[in-house]
Amino acid sequence: MSSIPASAKCVVIGAGIVGNSLVYHLARLGWRDIVQIDKGPLPNPGGSTGHASNFIFPVDHTKEMAHLTHESMRQYKEMGVFTECGGIEVARTEERMQELKRRITSAKAWGIPDTRLVTPAEVKELVPFIDESVILGGFYTPSVGVVDSVRAGTIMRERAQEMGALTSMGNVEVLDITVDNGKVTGVVTDKGTIEAEYVVIACGCWSPRLAEMAGARIPLTPAVHQMKDIGPVPFFADSKGDIEWPIVRDMDTFMYERQHGTGLEIGSYAHRAILYSPDELPSNAAAALSPTEFPFTQEDFDLQDEHALELMPEIVGDESIGEKYAINGILSLTPDGMPVLGETPEVKNLWSVAAVWIKEGPGTGKSVAEWMVLGESEIDLHASDIARFHEHHKTTYHVRSRTGEGFIKTYGIIHPNEQWAGNRNIRLSPYYEQEKALGAVFYETVGWERPWWYESNAGLVQKFGDAVMPRTGEWESRWWSPIINAEHLQMRETAGLTDLTAFAIFDIVGPGALASVQQTAVRQMDVAVGRVVYTPVLGINGGFKSDLTIMRLGKDHFRVVTGGAHGMADLKWFRDHLADGAQIVDLTSSWTTLGIWGPNARAILESVTGDNVSNEGFKFSTCRTIDIGTQRVLASRISYVGDLGWELYVPIEQGAKLWETIWNAGQEHGLIPVGIGVYGTTGRLEKGYRAYGAELETEYNAAEAGMLTAKIKDQDFVGKEAHLRHREEAPVTIMCSLTVDDHTSSTGEKRYMMGREPILTLDGNTITDAHGRNSYVTSAGSAPSIGKHILMAYLPPEYAAVGTKLKVEYLGEQYPVTVAGSGALFDPNNERILS
Amino acid sequence: MNIAVCAKRVPLSGGRWELTADNLDIDTSGASVGFTTSPHEECAAEAAVQLVEQLGGSSTVITLGVADSEEQIRSLLAVGVDRGVIIETDGSEWDPQATASALTEQIKAGSPDGAYDLVLLGTEAADTADFQVGIRMAHALGWPVVTNVKGMTIDGGVARCERAVGSSREVYEVTLPAVITVKDGLNIPRYPSVPGRIKARKKPVDTVTAEKPAARLEKVRLDLAVEEARSAEILGTGVDAVPALVEIFKNIGVL
Repeated sequence: MSSIPASAKCVVIGAGIVGNSLVYHLARLGWRDIVQIDKGPLPNPGGSTGHASNFIFPVDHTKEMAHLTHESMRQYKEMGVFTECGGIEVARTEERMQELKRRITSAKAWGIPDTRLVTPAEVKELVPFIDESVILGGFYTPSVGVVDSVRAGTIMRERAQEMGALTSMGNVEVLDITVDNGKVTGVVTDKGTIEAEYVVIACGCWSPRLAEMAGARIPLTPAVHQMKDIGPVPFFADSKGDIEWPIVRDMDTFMYERQHGTGLEIGSYAHRAILYSPDELPSNAAAALSPTEFPFTQEDFDLQDEHALELMPEIVGDESIGEKYAINGILSLTPDGMPVLGETPEVKNLWSVAAVWIKEGPGTGKSVAEWMVLGESEIDLHASDIARFHEHHKTTYHVRSRTGEGFIKTYGIIHPNEQWAGNRNIRLSPYYEQEKALGAVFYETVGWERPWWYESNAGLVQKFGDAVMPRTGEWESRWWSPIINAEHLQMRETAGLTDLTAFAIFDIVGPGALASVQQTAVRQMDVAVGRVVYTPVLGINGGFKSDLTIMRLGKDHFRVVTGGAHGMADLKWFRDHLADGAQIVDLTSSWTTLGIWGPNARAILESVTGDNVSNEGFKFSTCRTIDIGTQRVLASRISYVGDLGWELYVPIEQGAKLWETIWNAGQEHGLIPVGIGVYGTTGRLEKGYRAYGAELETEYNAAEAGMLTAKIKDQDFVGKEAHLRHREEAPVTIMCSLTVDDHTSSTGEKRYMMGREPILTLDGNTITDAHGRNSYVTSAGSAPSIGKHILMAYLPPEYAAVGTKLKVEYLGEQYPVTVAGSGALFDPNNERILS
Repeated sequence: MNIAVCAKRVPLSGGRWELTADNLDIDTSGASVGFTTSPHEECAAEAAVQLVEQLGGSSTVITLGVADSEEQIRSLLAVGVDRGVIIETDGSEWDPQATASALTEQIKAGSPDGAYDLVLLGTEAADTADFQVGIRMAHALGWPVVTNVKGMTIDGGVARCERAVGSSREVYEVTLPAVITVKDGLNIPRYPSVPGRIKARKKPVDTVTAEKPAARLEKVRLDLAVEEARSAEILGTGVDAVPALVEIFKNIGVL
C-alpha cells in the first residue's frame, strides 16, 4: 500500500455513498488534491451503505428531500446502476388512503410524474403475491427503483481518480482532527498525519465521534432498522437479477417487502426505537458481520412477522421458506429527520455530510460539492443545514428524545403542524406564566414554547361567528383552532399583545459594523441612527438566504432581528461575512420582544409612556428607547401583521414586568393576547408578506418574489451581480396571492388547504416555469379580514395576471382559485400601519 | 418418540473476541454482541424434529442458562421443536458436572408426554468445549451414550449411529433410551420460517430452577488465541487476472 499523503486540499473521511459522491463532484467542479480515507476496507468499508436496502421512492412531502432524491436518481441512472421496478405504498386504513392522496399532491407539487392511486385489484395485478383483501388501495409510483450503491460509489471514486483529483485509501483510521484558531488544519490517522485546508466528515453514524475530535457537534444517533430476508421463494425461482417486481410499502404497519433476487426482504420501521451511541459500534475486526450489522433481535420483529404474513401469505406463509439473513441494520437518525449538511458553525472549513440515505446520496454529494466549491448549491439546502441547530439541539438528550419519538414516524402520517411531545419546555419566555394563566396553547419553535392561540379568547369565536371561517375537515382542523381567526379579527378591532421572544437577535458592533451589514443586506444600511430596515439577504446567485430587520442603534452598532427557526443559520451567515473591525454578538437570550399591534396600540402605549409616540413623534420604520412605566424599553415601529404598532424590547429578566404594565394598561382598550397563529399566518398572509423558508429560498430571486426596491445601493453586497441581472430580466415566475373561489368538496364539506399543494391549470395540469420549477402553494391560511382563504404561489407570467382562474389540488380533489394579486389583499395602501 | 434436546446459548462468533477485565469470561457487554445456539445443538434439534416427523412423538429443548436463553429456545421451537424448558441461572458459569446434574434431573422428570426415550446434545458447547456433559448425563441416567455422531437412524427402539474416526467410520447400535451427542454435519439444520416463528411464540416454555452445586472445576483464566495474520494478494483486475487465477486453481487441485 502506498503511504498516506502528507497534505491535501481536502480530506474526505468516509467511503460510503456520501463520501464517494462528494469526492466525485468536488473533482468534477475542479478541485484537485482530494484525499479520501475510511477506517474500513474499500469498496465496502462496513458502514450503513453496505447493508442498505437500496430502493428509492421519489415522492416525499419535503421539497428539499424530493429534489435531492430526484437528482440522485438521475445520477444512478447515468451510472447504469439503477433498476426501475416500480413501487406501491399500500393503505390498510381510510386515514392512510387520505395520506396517499396527499402523496399525489406532493408528487404533483415537486414535479414527479406518473404517480397514481390504484385499487386493491390493480395492486394484485402488479404484485400477484399480495393478499389484496387486507388493503384499501395503493399509491403507485412506476419510477421507483433499486440501485447498486456500492457499485455507484466505486464508479464515482474511479471517475475522480481518472481526473487525477483523488487518492482513496481504506483501512485508515482517524485518530484526531486538528484545529487552529477556529479553523481545521488536518487529520491525524493511524497511518500518518494529513495537513488539509478542508476536512469533510461523511462518516454516517460515526460522524458525531469525528466531529467531537474537532470540538464540533453533528447531532445524530445510530439507530436500528430491522430487516430479514427469506428465501428461496419458489415464485421468484426464475428471476433474473436483483428485482423484477414492484416494491411494496405496507405503510400502516410501517413495513416494506421487496423481492431480492430469489428472496423476499421484509423491512420494518415499526419496532421500538433502538438507539446507540457511536462509541457502541464495534470495530471492523470485532464485528460479527460488519460494524453496522448488529445481531437481529427477533422479539422486536414478532408483530412484523404477522403483518408480513397478512399481506403476502403465499410467500411469507410458506413453511419451506427460511430466514436466510436477518439483521438489526444501523442507520443515522437526526432529531428533525433531515440530513446534517454544511460547514460546522464551530470550526471553519470542517464540513458535515451526514445522516444521508441511499436515496438522496449522490444528489446530496453534488449539492454539498457545489456549496463548497461555488459557495451555493442549486438545490436549496436550508432544511438540512447543520447551522439550523440551536445549542440545546446538540445535546445527546435532545437527539435521543426526538429520534426515539420520531423513529416510528418514518412511515407515519405526519401533520404539517404536528408537535413533538418530548424534550419540551426548554426555552420559556418571561411571560410564560402569564400566558399559561390565559390558557395559551403552546407550539414549539427551536425549543421556545410559543402561544399559538389563547383559550381565554374562546368567547371571541362566538362574537365573530362565521367570520372565523370555521373548519369541519379533520385534517385542516388538526393542530388548529378558530380562536386564531377570532384573535385576528379582534386585533384588527382593538389591539393584540404577542410574545416574540423566539426572535433571534444579534448585534454587530465596531468600526466594521456598517461595512458588515452593507455586504449582507440588499437595502441601504447607511441610514440614520434609529432607523429600522427590513431587507432581503441574498446568496451569491441572488436567491434568498433570509429576510430580516436591522436596526441602526448607533454609528457602529446594528441589531439584527430574525425568526428563531432560521436564526442560527442567519447568525452563521452574518458571522461569515463580517468585515474587518466588526464583532457579532448573539443576544437572543438577552432580549425579549413583545409585539403590540392594532388600532388601539398607540392609545395603550400613550397611557404608559410620557414619550411622544404619535405618528409624527414616532415614525414608521424607526426605533428608539422610551420609558414605559418603570422601564426603559427599545421600541421599534414596524409590523408583520399589517396594523399600527410596535415591537418592544427589554432585557429578558424585565419581560414579565413589561407584560404586566402593557397588559394592565390595555384592559380598557380591548387588548387581547394574540398567538403566533395570527403573527405567523393570518396577519402576514392577508398583507402578502413573504416568509423565509416558505416563499423565500435560494431557489427564488427578489424579482420573482416581487421584492425589488426602487433603486439599488451603490455599495457591494452578496449576490449583487446576480441581483442586478435579475432586475433586468423578465421574471419567469412571479409570487402571487390566490384566493379560493369554492371550498366545497364532492361530499359537500368545505375544505381548506394547508400549503405545499400543487397549483394546476383549469385542465388539471401541473404548471412548470421556464426554469423547471413547478407551481405549488408556498403558504396557505385564513385571511379573516377579507373572508377568504389565501394561497401564495409562484406562477409563470402567463398565469400570474390578476383574475386568472386556476385550480388547487387538496387531498385528491381540485378546487377553483383565482389570482388575486401579488401584494397585500388587505389594506394595500398600508393606511393602518402608517396611521 | 419422546426426545430431549439439550442446547446452550453462546456468544455469536464472527469477529474478534474481547475478554472481561479479569480474563475469566468473554466480554458480552457490547451493544453489538449477539447470541446464538451452539451449532452442534442446532443439528441435534434438527435431528429431533426429523425423528418426530418420521416416528411421531414430541421434542423438548432444555437449556441451562439466563432468562434471555428464551431467545435461543424460541429459535429452536421455530424450526419445529415442540416445547422448551429453561433451567434459569444468574449467568455465572456452571461446570460440566453441575450442568450435567441439572440437565439429568430434567430428563428424569420427563416431559408432559412421559419419560424421554432419547437425549440429543452437541458433543461440546461452542464456548466452553468441555466434551463432558453428554457422557456425564448418560452415566447418571445409566443409559448408553454414543459421542461425535455424524449419522443417525432409529428403527424399532434401536439407534444406529455413525461417527468418523480418521478416514474410517464406526457404527454403533444402541438400544433406547440413550444419550447421543452429535456434531455439526449430522444434517443441514433448516432455517426458521416466518410461520415457524409465529408458531414458536405460542409454544410452551417452562422455567425451572436448580440448586447450583459447588464448582469442582476452577477456571483460572482465558487466553485469546493468537490471530492469524490475514492478507490478501490482488492477482490483477479483469482479464489480466485470469492466468494467475488458473494457476492457483491448479495448485489447489480444482482444475
